[in-house]
Amino acid sequence: MLAFVIRRIGQSLLVLLIVGLVAFSMFRFVGDPIDNMLGQERTIEDVERLRAQLGLDQPFPIQYFKFLEGAAQGNFGVSYRQGRPVAEILLERAPATLELAAVSGVLAILAGIALGVFTAIRRNGPTAHTIMAASLIGVSLPTFLIGILLIYLFSVELGWLPSFGRGETVQLGSWWTTGFLTESGWKALILPAITLGLYQMTLIMRLVRSEMLEVLRQDYIRFARARGLRSRVVNFRHALKNTMVPVVTVIGLQLGAIIAFAIITETVFQWPGVGLLFINAIQFVDIPVMAAYLMLISVMFVGINLIVDILYVFIDPRLRVDRNGGH
Amino acid sequence: MTTPVLSIRNLSVEIPTRQGIVKPVDGVSYDVGKGEILGVVGESGAGKSMAGNAVIGLLNAPAHISGGEIWLNGRRIDPLKGEDMRRLRGKEIGMIFQDPLTSLNPLLTIGDQLTETMLTHLPISRKEARERAIAALEEVGIPGAAERIDSYPHEFSGGMRQRVVIALALCAEPSLVIADEPTTALDVSVQAQIISLLKRLCHERGTAVMLITHDMGVIAEAADRVAVMYAGRLAELGTVRDVLTVPQHPYTHGLMASTPLASQGRKRLHQIPGAMPRLHHMPDGCAFHPRCPHARDKCRAAPLPPVANERAACWFPMLPEEVQ
Repeated sequence: MLAFVIRRIGQSLLVLLIVGLVAFSMFRFVGDPIDNMLGQERTIEDVERLRAQLGLDQPFPIQYFKFLEGAAQGNFGVSYRQGRPVAEILLERAPATLELAAVSGVLAILAGIALGVFTAIRRNGPTAHTIMAASLIGVSLPTFLIGILLIYLFSVELGWLPSFGRGETVQLGSWWTTGFLTESGWKALILPAITLGLYQMTLIMRLVRSEMLEVLRQDYIRFARARGLRSRVVNFRHALKNTMVPVVTVIGLQLGAIIAFAIITETVFQWPGVGLLFINAIQFVDIPVMAAYLMLISVMFVGINLIVDILYVFIDPRLRVDRNGGH
Repeated sequence: MTTPVLSIRNLSVEIPTRQGIVKPVDGVSYDVGKGEILGVVGESGAGKSMAGNAVIGLLNAPAHISGGEIWLNGRRIDPLKGEDMRRLRGKEIGMIFQDPLTSLNPLLTIGDQLTETMLTHLPISRKEARERAIAALEEVGIPGAAERIDSYPHEFSGGMRQRVVIALALCAEPSLVIADEPTTALDVSVQAQIISLLKRLCHERGTAVMLITHDMGVIAEAADRVAVMYAGRLAELGTVRDVLTVPQHPYTHGLMASTPLASQGRKRLHQIPGAMPRLHHMPDGCAFHPRCPHARDKCRAAPLPPVANERAACWFPMLPEEVQ
């Protein structure tokens, strides 16, 4: 087990290095940050001096190496636009995104599994058919459109919920701000959370349904029924557990996607998270912010995948290769 | 006479399909007594498994019982539904499936699967259930049962898994066990062990067994009586000795002749010409007549004679001297 975890962590680090390299090489095509930083009234000397000061005159591999050197020590440089350390800016924005992602993720997983199980068990019922039809909308509508529709309905027409921002936040500890403790914070969270989680929810639901239908056809389910077990036990203890093996992988990937795709939702709702920060950074070619954001996202993706792989082993005993005594 | 454990009277199962209603089980009657093993034999699609599923109430929709009666220990069970039928399964009727590799849940230990079954049916504590689970595993011949109880199915071989399946089917001490091809998926060397285990356990407990198989060797070894099924109907019913040595139905005779025997050496095996009729296209009269070497006009036209409780459903049963 330990050897497995160490091996997976090694692979994860390699993935991170490659992601960083790809991201870094792309920044050269985004534009020249110097253009934005110095105004119209600039001399060639000014440009050259600033370029040297930022290290942008050095060859690309050296720039990347310097970035890695700093990143390993938790130093992501200074934002070109705000003139403050990038780590500080990201830390300030992270709680908003993480809270949004957590609420959407929990919503998507709970509702997705519950609806998936329901539509699998009652697969011929009218309610199940309605849910399945409705879920097609969730899968096929783009996120921004769902967001705009929700804003139109609940903010503009009904006026129940705010259309942008995070509401009132409360400071927790030195840097964490939370919207969970105020009414306006929760109200502001509802629409973005639904927007961000709807696609994942329908995806999880459809996956759980098809996996569960497959499992319900298995011999061991028939045998469990033939032993007279209650249908609740057959459905949840025997069928759902087997359903979860493939579902957990996808859920893991989707959690990563929720954080990454928060960019769109944050833009639609002007949610002050890291996604919005990234969009603004691109407009300004703020390379340190972009680089740090991409590294942060890839660390999360890789980390979640690592956790999923470990969870797998807990759910499925067949993967526990080094059980002593075994065969 | 004592009441039989299982009594099937004129049982029919129907499946509505696009081409019309088919009857995979058509007017079948037989009894299984206490401690008796009834072998149900026939080709694939003869309706033998379908009859077993009808008894335990696990027919897959849209298949359903369309006629006849099923009696278990003097109680009529075919009209039971839902929870009433569920309480009977496992407790009164145990079932053993064909493939031990797929009939155990891979994510639960065999101890979990045994205790959950016992706790569902018996008024005992979790601790007692565990003790009885160990005893049950010992009884079916799992070595080191106390240690192996927390193992997962994949840690056992095929034969051992089938022993676990038998322990599971018998753990709530049902009065009837339906064994649906219990040895078909196993190695030949293990088959005999499993059959003798099943035979010993059921004789000790007085459990009635409905042993569904297409293997005449298994029937000869384990069964007391045998029911031969053909195209959803009962062809012949009698003691193993009678049916196997002096078959009266030409189909049974054909089946026996096509079973390889070591004593006969390398003689070419007999084949019954043709194939079993499709359920959509059942011939008039006796279902076997298109393949029967002795078929006469009466077989083609007249419906089958009513199945007496003994012997063959045939207008012209074979005489002992005809059987070579």
